[in-house]
Order: sequence, then C-alpha cells, then structure tokens
Amino acid sequence: MGHFFWSVLLRDLTLAGRRRSDWLIAVFFFVMVSSLFPLGVGPEPELLKRIGPGVLWVAATLASLLSLSRLFEDDHRDGSLEQMVLSPASTVQLVLGKAAAHWLVYGIPLLLIAPVLGIQFNLPSDAIVVLVVSLLMGTPILSLLGAAGAALTLGLRGGGVLLTLLILPLYIPALIFGAGAVDGVMAGTGAEAHLSLLGAFLLVSLLVAPWIAAASLRVSLE
Amino acid sequence: MNFYHYASPSTFYHLAGKVIPWAAWTAAILTVVGLYIGFFVAPTDFQQGEAYRIIFIHVPAAWMGMLIYLAMAFWGAIGLAFNARLPFLMMRALVPTGAMFTFVALWTGAAWGKPMWGAWWVWDARLTSTLILLFLYIGTVALWSAIDDVKRSDRAGALLTLIGVINVPIIYFSVIWWNTLHQGSTVSFTHAPKMATTMLQGMMIMTLAAWAYAIAVALVRVRRLILERERKTEWVNEILSEGS
Repeated sequence: MGHFFWSVLLRDLTLAGRRRSDWLIAVFFFVMVSSLFPLGVGPEPELLKRIGPGVLWVAATLASLLSLSRLFEDDHRDGSLEQMVLSPASTVQLVLGKAAAHWLVYGIPLLLIAPVLGIQFNLPSDAIVVLVVSLLMGTPILSLLGAAGAALTLGLRGGGVLLTLLILPLYIPALIFGAGAVDGVMAGTGAEAHLSLLGAFLLVSLLVAPWIAAASLRVSLE
Repeated sequence: MNFYHYASPSTFYHLAGKVIPWAAWTAAILTVVGLYIGFFVAPTDFQQGEAYRIIFIHVPAAWMGMLIYLAMAFWGAIGLAFNARLPFLMMRALVPTGAMFTFVALWTGAAWGKPMWGAWWVWDARLTSTLILLFLYIGTVALWSAIDDVKRSDRAGALLTLIGVINVPIIYFSVIWWNTLHQGSTVSFTHAPKMATTMLQGMMIMTLAAWAYAIAVALVRVRRLILERERKTEWVNEILSEGS
C-alpha cells in the first residue's frame, strides 16, 4: 500500500522541480527575515550570538508556513485533490506523501542555507552543527502539523493568514526544543536532552497529524 | 436512563431550560459566599499582604480556562465519533466562556504580578502557557468564523481542538523546561507556604461557582444555537410564536 505514498511524493517533487521559483522564494524569505534582526537589534556579536538560534528557528517556522498554505490549494483548484481523496487509496498516505514532498522541497533548502546564516549570527561551529541537526528533526514537524492546518483551511478566504493563526501555537514545542538544543551546546549543557524531546515530538506528530489532516481533508471537500 | 433521548435538539432544549435556573442560582449564591470568605473571613497573608486575595478569582479562572478547553475537545470528539449535531453546539457554546476565563486569569495575574513581582508580565511558565491557551481559543473562533458552511465549520473546529488538546500537555511541559533553562528562578511555586484552610475553602467555593456559571452560560448559549440551527423546524416555530 506504500505505492500511493511514493507516487504522490514523486508527483509533487516533479511539480516542484518545474516551478523552481516557489521554493527559491521560501529560501530567500528565510534569509531576509533572519537578516532583518541584526538591523533591528544592532550588530554586537555577543548579542547576535545570544539571539541567533531563536531568530533562525522562528524564521524557519515562518518560511515553512509561507509555503504550507498552498500545500493542497493547487490540486484543489484543478479538482485532482478531490479525485485522489475519492479514490480507494488511503487519504493518510496522500497526506504523508504531500507532507514529505513539502519537507523535501521547502525544509531541506532551509537546512542547507542555515549554516551560512549561523555564521552571520556569529554562532560557533559546534552550535551550527546542532542547529542543522535540530532543523533536520524539526522541519518535518512543521510540514506534518502544517498539513493538518492546510487541510482545515483549504479553500477559505484569507486561508494563509488563518493557517498562521491556527498552527503557530502548535509549533511552539518544536521551536523551544530546537532553539534550546543550540542554546544548550553554547551554554555547555549539551544538546542531547532537547534533541531527544524534539525527536519524541516528531514521532507524536507523525502518529497524529496525518490522520487529523486526512479527516480534515474529507471534511473540507464535502 | 436513555442518554440518546437527550441527544435530540428538541428534548435537550427543554432539559437545558430546566437546568439553567438551578445552575445560575448556584453560581450566584456560591459567588457571594466565596467572595465573602475571600475578602472578609480569610486571614491576611503574612508575605503577600492583601494582594493575595486576587487568587479567589484568579485560580478558579485559570482552572476553568484549561478545563473548558478539555471539555471542548471532549464534545468535539463525541460529535465526530457519533456524527451528531448537538455536541458541536455544546462545543461552540463553551468557547466564549473558556476564552473569557483564560483572559480573566491573565488579567488578574498581571494585576497581582505588578505589586508582587514588580512587573505586569514576566515570561513565567504558567503565564506563557496560559497565553498560548488563549491563542488556541482565538484560533478556533477564527476558523469557525472563516467557514460559512455550518457542517464543515463544526467538524473543522472539532478536529482543530483535537490537535490542540494533544498538544496542550506538550506545550505546557516544553514551556516549563524552556523557562527553567532561560530564567534564573525568580519566584518558586513549588515551595509556596501552605495555605490557610479558610483560604483553600474560599478558593474551592469560588471554583464551584465558576463551574456553575460556566454550565449556566453554556446552556443559555446552546439553547440560542439550537433555535438558530433548527429554525426551519416546526417545534422551533411553535416556541417562537408562543414567545412573541
């Protein structure tokens, strides 16, 4: 039954490959939001080092939300989403495939650009490694929970802003554990505790979010 | 007793009408008793002076804010599981009260914090998680108001509350750990001095009053919602023509 998951994933990756501007916009958004903070709070290296992990994590959260509002939107508009939900294939797999594609297209580029931004914020190299690891474990959570939010707000007016309002409070644990891991390394207490909790939160999201998102899709398409 | 009997909006409408006066009077009497104990009987706290008396409103409000969110998730789950209309209406009827109690808890907390901590707001774990709870309430209302179709709006709200309720404990503990990492402990709740018995009694009575108030207000609201939803049916038209 994993077949459907893979075909959704490949299809969404192909579509994303044909519209490169979409994910480039998300990456530039991440870079720009992060670069605004030094301009806002001042260029002192110690201060930037202190706020860096939090700023980068908040910016990554917002960048991921920016693209999530369109997760189901295009397929909904041309009617293919309805066909996929109506088909006998599992809607949970559809959601998982979509979320995985979203993570690969929008999450991975953030991971790759994050070290550069970490250097801008004067983070030490071991903190940068942990930042990338925490984003690696944290961004799938954003895609999974966001998929549930995108399914709930499908086709609504002002859907994007509404999605932000619904999903940001749910992202808070990921933000705390993710930024906390980087802070932990810099404070000398180690990152293992925060990363373990982040991993646990990822597993919980993986267990719960696809089912809620599938149920929400069915409700939204009725 | 057959509970399904009361799952029909028309029978529940009449049942709610009978319960409301009881709940409302209980709330009124308990509030008067609780406030009397709180403001006149309970002794002055030797550390905090008179300012501590805000807890007779603050603590019940904070408890109710959390409890009503759980109740919403419960009704949402029941509604989704049994595919019934009434539980969703209960859920809608609870939200304004829950958001109000959460807001009151934050507000009275700020009013207490100013003389005690010297600041209206500190990023304490409890304050922060209560604020996030308020965000969750606001998100639910925002989702409802964005969806015109009643059936979809009911279900979407229930699903959102379900994700929310799974997340609430995670958010709560993450905020506690975040707090211990970032802040030198300014105020310790775990070593709080033992409360005098009268203080505890006053607080419990106020909590019961808050319960009764929430039940009364939610039932009044659910009756309005039933009338609105069932306005095309005969029994509602009969009630409305009798009333006018």
